[in-house]
Amino acid sequence: MKHHTFFWFILPTLSAMVLFIALPIVSVIVQSLFVEHEKVLIVSKSCDPFGCTETTKIDAEATANLRADQPLGRFNGLGTYFDRSHLATKEVAKIWSSSNGYSSFLSGLMDLKFYKAMIFTLTYTFTVTPMVLVLGFAIAVGVNNLPKALRGIAIFISLLPFLVATIVGSMILSWMVDGEGIIGALLQNIFNDPTLSIKSSAPLTWIMLIFYGVWHTLPFSFITFYAGLQTVPSDILEAALIDGANKWQSMMQIVVPYLMPIVSFVTLMLLMDNFRVFEPIISFQAEAHAQSLSTFIQSDLREAGNPLYASASATSMLTIIGVIILLTPVLIRTWQDFNQKMH
Amino acid sequence: MTTISETRLSTLQVVSYFFVTVWLVIAAGPFLWTVWGSFKVQGDFFSKADWTNAIYGIFTQRETGAAFTFNGYYGAWIVEEFWRNVVNTSIIVFFTVVISLTIGTIGGYALARSGYRYAFWILMLALVFRAMPHITLVSGYMLPFFEWNIWGLKITTIVVLVAINQPFTLWMLHSFFLKIPKDMDESAMIDGCTQFQAFRYVIVPVMWPGVITTGLFSFLLAYNDYAVTSMLLSKPNETMVPAVASFLGTVQVQGNIMFAVAAVVSSTAPLFLLIMFFQRQIVSGLTAGAVKG
Repeated sequence: MKHHTFFWFILPTLSAMVLFIALPIVSVIVQSLFVEHEKVLIVSKSCDPFGCTETTKIDAEATANLRADQPLGRFNGLGTYFDRSHLATKEVAKIWSSSNGYSSFLSGLMDLKFYKAMIFTLTYTFTVTPMVLVLGFAIAVGVNNLPKALRGIAIFISLLPFLVATIVGSMILSWMVDGEGIIGALLQNIFNDPTLSIKSSAPLTWIMLIFYGVWHTLPFSFITFYAGLQTVPSDILEAALIDGANKWQSMMQIVVPYLMPIVSFVTLMLLMDNFRVFEPIISFQAEAHAQSLSTFIQSDLREAGNPLYASASATSMLTIIGVIILLTPVLIRTWQDFNQKMH
Repeated sequence: MTTISETRLSTLQVVSYFFVTVWLVIAAGPFLWTVWGSFKVQGDFFSKADWTNAIYGIFTQRETGAAFTFNGYYGAWIVEEFWRNVVNTSIIVFFTVVISLTIGTIGGYALARSGYRYAFWILMLALVFRAMPHITLVSGYMLPFFEWNIWGLKITTIVVLVAINQPFTLWMLHSFFLKIPKDMDESAMIDGCTQFQAFRYVIVPVMWPGVITTGLFSFLLAYNDYAVTSMLLSKPNETMVPAVASFLGTVQVQGNIMFAVAAVVSSTAPLFLLIMFFQRQIVSGLTAGAVKG
C-alpha cells in the first residue's frame, strides 16, 4: 500500500488514539509536575486596649481567582512523586532503619498509601493470573471430555460471569457474601460466629476480591484454551497412545507444549487486565481494607469540590511505569519475532 | 485393549464431569439467585434466618400478598428513573460502536495491507495503549475537559470511548483482514480501481463476519464501562452501570436495596440475550488473537 493512501486510511483511528490516549498521558505528566495553589491568607492586626492580636483569614475570593487564572496550580517539580502519599522516600528510609527484618518493614510500608495500593495490586495480579491459567486449563480439558451436545451449554453458562459488567458482577457477589446474604450467613453458621463479616476483615476482603477476580476472568482462559485444544492434531496424540503414553503423560508432554503460544497470549491479557483492578473494590465497598492503584487515583479525583489532580496524576504516572515494566518482556519478544521475519 | 482404555476414559470423564459441574454451579448460581431474588422483598433476599425464605418468599407473601413482586422494578425504573439511564446507554453505546467500527475498519485494513515497518510500530503502540488503565487516562481528561466546558456531555464520552476502543479494534480487524487473500483487492487494483475503490467494492462485501465479531466486543466495552462513564458523565447523562453503582450509595440508606437488585438484573438481561444469539462469534473473537488456523 502506498504511503499516502496508508496515511489517509489510518488517519482517523490514529488521531483518535493520539488525541485521547497519547495526549492525556502528556496532560497527566504535566499535571503531576504542578500542585494545587495554597490558600491565600490575609493577616490582619486588631488592637484593643489589652494589646494587639494577629488573626489569619482565608481570602476566599483571591484564592478562587488564583485557581481560575492558573488551573494547573503552581510548579512543584517531582515533589508530588516523593511526598508522603506517593513514593514517600523519607518515610521509607525511616521505616527501613527502624525495622528489624522484612516482615516489620513490610507492615511499615502498609501504612503508606501508595505502597498499600501497590502491594494489593501486585498481590491481586500475581495470585489471580496463575490460578486462572491453571483452573481455566483444567476446565477446558473437562469440557473437552463432555459429549458434544453439552459443550455449547457449558460455554454459554461460562460466558456469563465474564461478559457481565465488572461492577455489576461484583455487586451480585457482594450481596451474597453480605452478613445477611446467603454465603455470608452460611459462613457464620459454619464457623458458629454470628459476628463474622467478610467485609470487616482485611485478609477476608482480599481473599474475597481474589476469588471474585478468578470467577470473573476464568471463562476467558477456559474458552481460549478450549479453542486451542480443538487444534491439537489428533494423529500426534494417537501416536503417543500407541507408544504407551497414558493420558496424563500425553497431556503434559504434547498438549501443554503445543498450547504454549496460547498460554503466553492469555497470560499477557490477564496481566494487563488484572493490573488495573478497579471496579470490584468499588462494588464491594472494600476501600477501607483494599486499595488498588486505580482506586487510589479515583479517590483523588473524587475528592469533593477540589479534585487532587496532582496526586492523581503522579499515581497515574507511576502506574503507567508499572504497566510498561510488566509489558517489556512481551514487547521485546514481539520485536525479536518481527526481526526474524524480516531477515 | 479397547476395554481398558474405555474404563479409564470413563473415570476421567467422571472426574471432569464433576469438575465442570462445580464450575458451572459457581458460574451460574449467583445470577439465578439474583434474578429470582429480584422478585422478592428485602427480607427474603437477605434471609439470614432461613435461606429457604428467599426461595419461597415468606416475607414477600406477608408484605405483598403474593410470592412474587415487581416492587423492586417499579422502584428502580419509575421512582429512581432508571429508564433515563437505559436511554443514555443506548445512545452512547450505539454511536460508540458505529464510529469505532467505521474508523477501525479502514485503519485495520490499511495495517493489514501495508508491509512497511511503521505499520508494525503502530500496532505495538496500540498494544501499549491497550494496556493503559482507563482511570489513568481519565485523570488526564478531567482538568482540560472542565476548562473547555465539555465535561459531562454525552458526545465527550462517546469520543473518549471510541478512542479507548481503537487499540483492540485495530488488532482484531488487522488480524481478520490478514486472513482475506491479498489477491482479491490487488487484482481489482490491476483492473483500474483505486485502493479505496478496491476496499469499497471487493473487501467490504466479505468483511462482515469479522466486523460483527469486533462490534460485539466494542459493544461490551462501551456497555460495561465504569471508569470513564462514572467520571466523565454528569448526573442527567449517566449510563446504566454508573447509575447502578450510585444506587449503592443512596438506595442502601433508604432501605430500598431491592431497587439496586432490580436495576442490576435489568442491565444484565440484554447481555444474556447477546450471548444467546452471538455465542459463536463471541467465542471466535475471544480466541482470534491466540488461535491461528
